[in-house]
Amino acid sequence: MTIVQKILARATGQSSVAVGDIVEPRVDLAMSHENAALVINQFREIYKGTGREPIVWDPERIAIIFDHRVPAESSKTATNQKRIREFVAAQGIGKFHDMRGDQGGICHQILPENGYVRPGQVVVGTDSHTTSHGALGAFAFGIGATEMAAVWALGCVFNVEVPATMKVVVRGVLPEGVAPKDIILNLIGRVSAEGANFKVIEFHGDAIRSMDTSGRLTICNMAVEAGATSGIVPADEETVRYLREVAGVTGELDVVTPDPDAAYSEVVEIDASSLVPQIACPHTVDHVKAITDVAGTRVDQVVIGSCTNGRLDDLAVAARLVKGHRLASHVRMLVFPASWRIYKEAMQRGYLSDLIDAGATVMNPGCGCCLGVHQGALGDGEVALSTTNRNFKGRMGNPTAEVYLCSPAVAAASAITGVITDPRG
Amino acid sequence: MATVVLKLGNDISTDHIYPGRYMATVLPTETPQFAFADMAEFNAMLRSGAVSPGSVIVAGQNFGCGSSREQAASTLKGYDLVIVAKGFARIFLQNSANLGLRTVISPDLEASEGDELELLDDAIVNRTTGQRASVIPLPKARQAIIDAGGLIAYARQRLLA
Repeated sequence: MTIVQKILARATGQSSVAVGDIVEPRVDLAMSHENAALVINQFREIYKGTGREPIVWDPERIAIIFDHRVPAESSKTATNQKRIREFVAAQGIGKFHDMRGDQGGICHQILPENGYVRPGQVVVGTDSHTTSHGALGAFAFGIGATEMAAVWALGCVFNVEVPATMKVVVRGVLPEGVAPKDIILNLIGRVSAEGANFKVIEFHGDAIRSMDTSGRLTICNMAVEAGATSGIVPADEETVRYLREVAGVTGELDVVTPDPDAAYSEVVEIDASSLVPQIACPHTVDHVKAITDVAGTRVDQVVIGSCTNGRLDDLAVAARLVKGHRLASHVRMLVFPASWRIYKEAMQRGYLSDLIDAGATVMNPGCGCCLGVHQGALGDGEVALSTTNRNFKGRMGNPTAEVYLCSPAVAAASAITGVITDPRG
Repeated sequence: MATVVLKLGNDISTDHIYPGRYMATVLPTETPQFAFADMAEFNAMLRSGAVSPGSVIVAGQNFGCGSSREQAASTLKGYDLVIVAKGFARIFLQNSANLGLRTVISPDLEASEGDELELLDDAIVNRTTGQRASVIPLPKARQAIIDAGGLIAYARQRLLA
């Protein structure tokens, strides 16, 4: 069996499941952000007329993280957040992370760094980039708010069709100036935005094995941009190291790995050693080109950070490249660390100073800019170069603007020159 | 008979259907006002009541790709539109079944705005061109939820079971 088959078999109390089987796996972790406001509404709807009190199935397995609109951009959001806080208190939700420097950040960073996600778990989130958590060997996928309301009520996901699995094997050593982001952009360009729709992507190969959890999170984060239900990296020594040393997890870990004879719907091979920096061009994530094809394109706003590329290693790369330089005079640069813990570490190591001295604006951790809510909307006809994960028309708040996606190294090098620039020199 | 009121291409994202800046609006009763908000003309047509319930949006591959935002389904359900596409992204398709938004997968339908379609269980007949196009059944995992009238009703049944 593949990893997802093994996880679903266990989560349904069966010895095996086959692709296409309809199962109802129990949920280990159910994550929401500000859209918990809608989940709460739908949760109450389920109980209407039943004569039962709406009480969640397990408050310790529910996580709610404020990240999409922090600080609140409108009174409407502030009121939604207020209602969620009241619900969290009333239901005793255990894993609540408010907008606070001592606990906050972007959900896809908060879950891993607090040790909430473990290998072998079933994780659902009302966010499409919940695929990120496959980086720790979990089966993690995005669902809608009503689906989550049903999870809150009954603790399982209804009617899940066991997905087929695409095996992606990444071999070789990434050249200097080429990053995990370039691997996943290359894959999306090759298989297309729907190439893995309804499938899980399992990542293998020595380039994945030797990659740290930060890089694996970047890759699994964007698996959904190929349409995948989830991306999964089989848990290994690095997973255990991350969970013990970074996330502070103690106790036994249940590492699930695929069987040697697991059946895959297809196998895609990537030679990491021959990759060059990749750019996803407007307005689809699978419109991917080698940097050499788009170098020289003028940019107005550079964004570094987010759940995709806002970790310490990402900020280190950006700080190193801009240190001692100034942003091009027409460029503005926004930096969004993925969590306040990362923010503080980046501050202590001097990365934020280097970025600020170069002219960057360091923002609080959050998603607002990436999805065009606030904190960095684009003007008419402007061009953004961003380490985030989506470039759809209107994504950064303006349907006449354009968004290009890239690695932190490309973004930082380009911020200095003011045009898309190859960081390899 | 259902009229095609909008024809779209491939990879229509949830940002296109329901822009992120309106996501603080969550209730299904309030989301319809922002359907295709960046397509000002079509949005105005919807809000004016000029589009009758059961009208069809025809699209290409991967309709509803991107975000898990349920507003993308509830905003279209608010006008009782039917979405006929060559393919749908997974989360959008599930949200549609959960909320009772009708989706039809037809890989070979050829239709233009203004065409009149007859939606049968196993085919679509374009009465304007005469084409009979095939329909691919929805993933069977969703059928029990659709049959129950949506996920709220289905979850309520299961809660009381």
